Amino acid sequence: MTSSTTTVDPAAGNTLRRDRPRLVDATVRVLLVAASLVSVATTVGIVVALVEPAIEFFGEINFTRFLTEKSWGPQFATPSYGIVPLLVATVEITLIALIIAIPLGLGSAIYLAEYASNRTRKVLKPILELLAGVPTVVYGFIALAALSPLLRDNVPGFAGLEFQNMLVAGVAMGIMIVPTIASISEDAMAAVPHSLREGAYALASSKMQVATRVVVPAAVSGIVAAIVLGISRAIGETMIVTIAGGLSSDHPEFNPLHGAATMTAYIAAIAQGDVPVGTVDYNSIFAVGVVLFALTFVLNAFSIRLVRKFREVYE
Amino acid sequence: MTAQDVRLDTGTRVSDHGLALTRRKVRVGDAVFKLALQTCFLIGFAVLAALLTWVIYKGWNRLDPRLWTNMPVRRISQIDRAGVQSAIMGTVWVISLTAVICLPIGVLSAIYLEEYADRNRWYNRILELNIQNLAGVPSIVFGILGLGIVARRFGLGFTVITAAIILSLLVLPVVIIATREAIRAVPQSIRQASYALGATKWQTVSRQVLPSAVPGIATGSILALSRAIGEAAPLVVLGAVTYITFNPDGIKSSYTVLPIQIYQFISLPQEGYKDLAAAAIVLLLGIVILMNSVAIFLRNKFQKRW
Repeated sequence: MTSSTTTVDPAAGNTLRRDRPRLVDATVRVLLVAASLVSVATTVGIVVALVEPAIEFFGEINFTRFLTEKSWGPQFATPSYGIVPLLVATVEITLIALIIAIPLGLGSAIYLAEYASNRTRKVLKPILELLAGVPTVVYGFIALAALSPLLRDNVPGFAGLEFQNMLVAGVAMGIMIVPTIASISEDAMAAVPHSLREGAYALASSKMQVATRVVVPAAVSGIVAAIVLGISRAIGETMIVTIAGGLSSDHPEFNPLHGAATMTAYIAAIAQGDVPVGTVDYNSIFAVGVVLFALTFVLNAFSIRLVRKFREVYE
Repeated sequence: MTAQDVRLDTGTRVSDHGLALTRRKVRVGDAVFKLALQTCFLIGFAVLAALLTWVIYKGWNRLDPRLWTNMPVRRISQIDRAGVQSAIMGTVWVISLTAVICLPIGVLSAIYLEEYADRNRWYNRILELNIQNLAGVPSIVFGILGLGIVARRFGLGFTVITAAIILSLLVLPVVIIATREAIRAVPQSIRQASYALGATKWQTVSRQVLPSAVPGIATGSILALSRAIGEAAPLVVLGAVTYITFNPDGIKSSYTVLPIQIYQFISLPQEGYKDLAAAAIVLLLGIVILMNSVAIFLRNKFQKRW
């Protein structure tokens, strides 16, 4: 630190005094701290923006109604305020996405980390990163305009598929999070020290045994972190479900062939309209937002801890 | 990897020589497992490649200068004259402003955390955790922040500047994390040499550390901006979904951007709008993939190995 150089003993004869005060260094420090505070202000801003209208919302709507009512419809003729249908749709789409993304993502990660040659990996890893950058409206469009008609018209048993439905939204979301899961699990597997693998080979393990019984268990915290992050992204994803997932929320919808609104889809749908500030309709956006924020916050915190753990062990 | 291969090879060679170390059974499982893994990778790729090809095919007839010279139209009878110029110009405005806001803040913040912050202080640890957490906050929650605070309380309304501020905050963690990694990769010896020559802390950081970290910072910045370009959810909340047939003329102007315009076209029932949406997607994907490729290329090419 710069301040330490000033504290040379002035009583001694040969003082190492500065020729001028270091204004630049001091100013820079203030600037740096100010810039760092922007992210703190962001978090505070998010909490304030969410909590204030949410408190207003719960001032009018009983919290038990919010948890127990089976229908969500602040706009209905007889308004209802049960979060359950939104949660059911969110969980359902997330599960469909995970069924697609976990096998594909983990399979790709094990392939990249354990089987692919260095040259193949050098080509494939950047492609994976490129795919992770595809905007989510694109996935939404693909789900609505390609996957849905494809399933409905060509696959027997899917004739009852609604125009917007949770199945294709979930599938598109699954395809979306494959790169996330693959990339982070691959990092975790690559961090497993070679000595572990070599030990297993010395005991006559096959490559598959090394991959499944040594590398995957050793990297498990990173793999779980990747999956949790995938879940968090799926829960928070908005455009795919807004475009392809449907908007009904009058009852908990368990049939994936039907459409239903997730928490994010509801927020997007209501915020698009011109809802007057201060009404229950307007405040309901924030009440749902609080639940969404809390849920993803817990998942992210969990995932961050896990990642830190695998870093501590092997790096 | 090579070490393992060698080990496996020697294993087989031993058995070929007819020594006692023969395998009990042929490892069919291994081959099947490898095939399954490759299939996983291929499915992920092939499905996405097929779908993206379909998008290009669908938008092909609309991929001509009309797309960027004309404005969106409301009536389906005029669909042949429709384009997305206002959305392209909106994206240029919003993203340029986003770069101006988020890159300096992100880089300065990263310098503080890497070079100045004492990691044993609780507030610095909280700062760090906070940034990691922000990286995982759903983008629509940032939209709510914009709606409640920036647009309403600050009174900036649904304008270009509100959109740029919110997108800046959204991608700030990406810039900070990438910049920190780039700074951390600069070896300590360079800093010590600089101090030994009598440089101050800031002189060391600004003249030695930062120039060495430029490729990493550039990569992170480009990735962050390309994410901002494709982001639609927070802007949906921030009143971007309106019918805009003019280019923005300032930071207080109403606006639309490419992903929002695409979303609007998709929401309309007529097939003509879907084709137009596909063409606009090809344009958007082209921009995003180009930017990401440049970023990845920069990182792989100029990343210094100390």
